[in-house]
Amino acid sequence: MHWLGRPFQERSTQRFLGILIVALAVVTVLNLALPAGHPLHVSTYTVTLLGKYLSYALLAVAVDLVWGYLGILSLGHGAFFALGGYAMGMYLMRQIGDRGVYGHPVLPDFMVFLNWDSLPWYWQGFDMAWFAFAMVLLAPGVLALVFGFLAFRSRVTGVYLSIITQALTFALMLAFFRNEMGFGGNNGLTDFKELLGFNLRSDVTRVGLFIASGVALALGYIVCRAIVGSKLGRVCIASRDAEARTRFLGYRVERVQLFVFVVSAMLAGVAGALYVPQVGIINPSEFSPLFSIEIVVWVALGGRATLYGAVIGAILVNYAKTVFTGVMPEAWLFALGGLFVLVTVLLPKGIAGLLAWRFKRSESSGPGHGDLTAGEATT
Amino acid sequence: MRIPCTFMAPTVMTRIVTLLLSCLLAWLPVAASAQEDNGQALLEALDVRAFSEKAAAIEDVIESQDPRANAWLEALLDGKLQRLKDDGSFVIVTDNVGRQWPVEDALSGESLGEVSRRDLDRITINNALRGQLRSALSMIDLFAESREARQAAAQKLIGKVDAELSETLERRLESEEDDQVRRRLEQAMAVYRLEQGDVQAVERLTGSLNSDIRVALTRASQSDDAAVADAAQRALVSIEQQLKLNRGLETLYFGLSLGSVLVLAAIGLAITFGVMGVINMAHGELIMLGAYTTWAMQQLLPGQPGLAVILSIPAGFLVAALAGIAIERSVIQFLKGRPLETLLATFGVSLILQQLVRTVISPLNRTVVTPEWMSGSLVINDALSLTLNRLYVLGFALVVFAGLMLVMRRTRLGLEVRAVTQNRAMARAMGIRATRVDILTFALGSGVAGLAGVALAQLTNVGPNLGQSYIIDSFMVVVFGGVGNLWGTLVAGMSLGIINQVLEPWAGAVLAKILVLVFIILFIQKRPRGLFPQKGRAAEG
Repeated sequence: MHWLGRPFQERSTQRFLGILIVALAVVTVLNLALPAGHPLHVSTYTVTLLGKYLSYALLAVAVDLVWGYLGILSLGHGAFFALGGYAMGMYLMRQIGDRGVYGHPVLPDFMVFLNWDSLPWYWQGFDMAWFAFAMVLLAPGVLALVFGFLAFRSRVTGVYLSIITQALTFALMLAFFRNEMGFGGNNGLTDFKELLGFNLRSDVTRVGLFIASGVALALGYIVCRAIVGSKLGRVCIASRDAEARTRFLGYRVERVQLFVFVVSAMLAGVAGALYVPQVGIINPSEFSPLFSIEIVVWVALGGRATLYGAVIGAILVNYAKTVFTGVMPEAWLFALGGLFVLVTVLLPKGIAGLLAWRFKRSESSGPGHGDLTAGEATT
Repeated sequence: MRIPCTFMAPTVMTRIVTLLLSCLLAWLPVAASAQEDNGQALLEALDVRAFSEKAAAIEDVIESQDPRANAWLEALLDGKLQRLKDDGSFVIVTDNVGRQWPVEDALSGESLGEVSRRDLDRITINNALRGQLRSALSMIDLFAESREARQAAAQKLIGKVDAELSETLERRLESEEDDQVRRRLEQAMAVYRLEQGDVQAVERLTGSLNSDIRVALTRASQSDDAAVADAAQRALVSIEQQLKLNRGLETLYFGLSLGSVLVLAAIGLAITFGVMGVINMAHGELIMLGAYTTWAMQQLLPGQPGLAVILSIPAGFLVAALAGIAIERSVIQFLKGRPLETLLATFGVSLILQQLVRTVISPLNRTVVTPEWMSGSLVINDALSLTLNRLYVLGFALVVFAGLMLVMRRTRLGLEVRAVTQNRAMARAMGIRATRVDILTFALGSGVAGLAGVALAQLTNVGPNLGQSYIIDSFMVVVFGGVGNLWGTLVAGMSLGIINQVLEPWAGAVLAKILVLVFIILFIQKRPRGLFPQKGRAAEG
């Protein structure tokens, strides 16, 4: 397991994990230990919001893994996120049992409403937690495997791949909007009661989910770091910068791409599974191409090919979104659109690029980091 | 709409109709003054409580041979025959919108100015009376001046003829000169004769696609008379075949129509993405700008929707082209050679443009009025009619395509564009100003998107999300057709449109769309460079 241990020797990973653990601990303590009236008390609402940001951050790390290190701009990662979310949502729906509005012992409310008399085959097994959690990884993983196998084998790369991934998530969105699909149509899955026996409304469960999101982010980060720091990661970076040359050197680029793509999709699925119990709903809008492309902007703002940049970007943009949509909702799309343009035109390396420039003297990133060079582009 | 005639016995209805017809046939202009008092009495009789008495009163009106009977009955049917509360005189409301209604005297036809709706009492009718009125009025139409009205009236009679009516129709046939009307009258007669067991009548009905005739034939095919049943059965089979053919043609037409929309949306992208290699995710919003230009033109020229649509063709082109130039200068030129960044930046532009429209105009959909010469449909036969607006859009798409082909193949600009895309450095060495060519090409592609918007405004609602719904489809069409190949875009757009329409009946609209997307995704695995891949130097770019 020494490849998993290597990240812990990197200064950036240590620093990232340190900050993350401290933040988790501080928020938890401030929420649980202090009374509600205390000025430093962090409300459960805020904790859940932060938990949501952390699951988004994990999603951004997954996107950065394929975009930053593999040069594959996926405009469909929202699909993997949503699939993980739906797997979790289906488990939560089955947990409701007979406490639904219609009180049916097995069927979720929307199926009773649609006059279905039995559970569709693909809903079987989701009453068991282990099965559902396995599906959180498997559903996005298998989709990524099939899709990636077809795409990488025929060497579809660059813009073509981006547009096809966008079409993929668009097609899935249309499909999930259909009531006949058996995923609740455009209302999606909601009205969850409990997870693993814990009441989802209780404060402790919410803090627990927040911590779980933080831990998942840390683990995901370590896995990604381990991948990009290994020999496999070097091949990734090589194929990003000169795919044909790497192939001529004898590497099976499409296998590397496929492996990393599937890992990334699974991480996105986990992020989705953590997101759903915290926001309490999953619906087809998570499949919308706009959401997928938004993820890319988080990464772009934070800085590609750094992983921690993705985390910074995801948290910053989503915090801004929370503020904007609360204060002046109509300005949010202006801000987001402007962000797209500004980041790509003026800040190609993102915030991480600024930080790296600032700390250049004090710390060198060392080999294997895969910093982006100015002219690199994969067509 | 089929009118509920079931409320009254057919014989009663026929009697009224026959009475009406006979009076019309014998009708001669009669001096209105001679019947002035009579008219008042006739109308008085209509304003009674019991509907059975009203039915009789309506018959009296028809029998009266009064030249104003038609207008009265129409007004009565529309609920526009009313009585002034103060003096009890009968009026016809000419426009019942708002609170003040313009009215005219039912007897003299003089305009009485506007009256408050509160000062009027309506003469009420029920559904049975409505049916009676409608059939009476439709018979009146059989004697109308205009061919279309006579055709429609004759059409309605198919399947409703009985013994009494058939005599009247025979007489009518003798004097009717228009072939179309005659054909329909003869069909109506043939259906009647078929019901009487006349095998010869089947011959006249064979090949007709009218649904009432099919009903009559189906009924005849189950009759006890073997000869009639057999003949009707054979006629039905041949009709069924024709119907299938027509349904096929209709699907093809809808497919081509959808295809033309796709081609229009994608053809501009085929220039900017296919030829220049610039990923413009704001392409859909340029389409939207074109559509909004049409809407704005119609606001500027109220009452002249047709002129506004024609003017918005150049205007939509200009607006979108200028927006395109602005995007190219402000964003795209800085991202040359970085396609993924270009994709993101232009996506940002598209978000800004969408929100701009939402903020400045409205988040709600706007409706563009279809000019008169574009509405309606081209009726090929009873089972097949082509909606005119879609036909125009189809033609427009082909014209735009041909124009674009000409520009790219036959003009200096086209030559320079091709030179710059094949080898930029060499083109510049030959004295071509590459930057200028970039701007012009992008403006051309954007302008064509604007044209697409003008056309789309005729088919769908104009809203801030209009562009978004076309961007993925457009990219799919370009990629499917083969990047950099305008013919490929045309073929891809049309075939995707047709595939979609063929799938739709058995898969449903959404599933058909999904299947098409999946099909393209799989197709690109097999042929990554599309239907018509570029060959030679251009392919290496």
